[in-house]
Amino acid sequence: MTPPRRQRRYPAPEPPPPAKPAKGGRQKNPERLYVVAGADEDGARAALDLVTLVVARADPPPSATPEQAAVLRLCGAPLSVAELSAYLNLPFSAMTVLITELLTAELVQARAPIVRQALPDRSLLEAVMHGLQRL
Amino acid sequence: MDYNGSDTLPGPRAEDHLPHTAQAAAKIVIVGGFGVGKTTMVGSVSEIRPLTTEETMTQAGIGIDDNYGSESKTATTVAMDFGRISITDQLVLYLFGTPGQQRFWFLWNGLFEGALGAVVLVDTRRLEVSFDVMGRLEERGVPFVVAINSFPDAPSYPLPELRSALDLSEEIPMVECDVRRRASSRDVLLTLMRYLHSLTMTGSLR
Ligand SMILES: Nc1nc2c(ncn2[C@@H]2O[C@H](COP(=O)(O)OP(=O)(O)OP(=O)(O)O)[C@@H](O)[C@H]2O)c(=O)[nH]1
Ligand SMILES: [Mg+2]
Repeated sequence: MTPPRRQRRYPAPEPPPPAKPAKGGRQKNPERLYVVAGADEDGARAALDLVTLVVARADPPPSATPEQAAVLRLCGAPLSVAELSAYLNLPFSAMTVLITELLTAELVQARAPIVRQALPDRSLLEAVMHGLQRL
Repeated sequence: MDYNGSDTLPGPRAEDHLPHTAQAAAKIVIVGGFGVGKTTMVGSVSEIRPLTTEETMTQAGIGIDDNYGSESKTATTVAMDFGRISITDQLVLYLFGTPGQQRFWFLWNGLFEGALGAVVLVDTRRLEVSFDVMGRLEERGVPFVVAINSFPDAPSYPLPELRSALDLSEEIPMVECDVRRRASSRDVLLTLMRYLHSLTMTGSLR
């Protein structure tokens, strides 16, 4: 019996181009592949990710809506946007609207996720491997 | 919004709280056809009871029999299971298991973008259901490994034959697993992390 065969839609990926040195000549940290999203975007706030960690900065003010108060109560300890959405039973996009309001009011802090990028961060991967080996 | 401020307040149990030192999280996506074991895998390695998050997708109608010329919009709710593994006091890993129709996964903004990588769970009884998602991952440059979930009544092909049927290049790891077992799920994740690590050495991660 032979299995069905996949027809690859795209040609095999090109061999990677040689690593380009960072702007300004010397590569400061050639090992970074994963970066904290939006960390170096000037001014503009990074979009909220499923795994952005949200932490309350204050108790709910009297003006807070019930939804805002619920978020503040939940994220006394860091909690991902995905977890908030699950516990409050709100779709992800509704959750991000709510958190954006709280960020604007400076009632919560957002800790940006680590995302895949074009330059490696081996130490992060090694940390994850060590963590998994302990499971 | 259907949040109701009732007495039974939903929320993490005390032991589910992350430490205040938690600085950043990363995510991995588990994909595969219906009933292949995605939810089981999330549950077997997660430190929290698996949770579900939803998103509402709106898509312009694309029905071929739509001869009224109307721009019909259809809204679909896509739910996703996820779990969590604390790696260190600073770093948290989330696993997302994508159920339902594959064409919606890629409409969920930010699900694959930024994911460290993906696990494609494959059931050898229905190999072809994973073809489309593999193509899409390749197209987006999301690195993935293939895990063959061994169901008792599934045909067992030699791995090289499966590799060639899936048109997998040599460097992409393919492993057999039983995701009901925590150790087996963990080993799949380790295979993915080692593969990502090897990509950083060859510089071929896009
Ligand atoms: N023998 C065997 N059974 C498994 C394995 N993984 C999952 N199952 C069983 O397969 C069934 C479906 O598993 P799920 O984890 O719900 O699959 P899923 O991919 O989340 O399914 P959908 O969300 O419906 O697409 C369950 O009854 C599991 O107990 C496995 O590795 N080996
Ligand atoms: Mg499922």
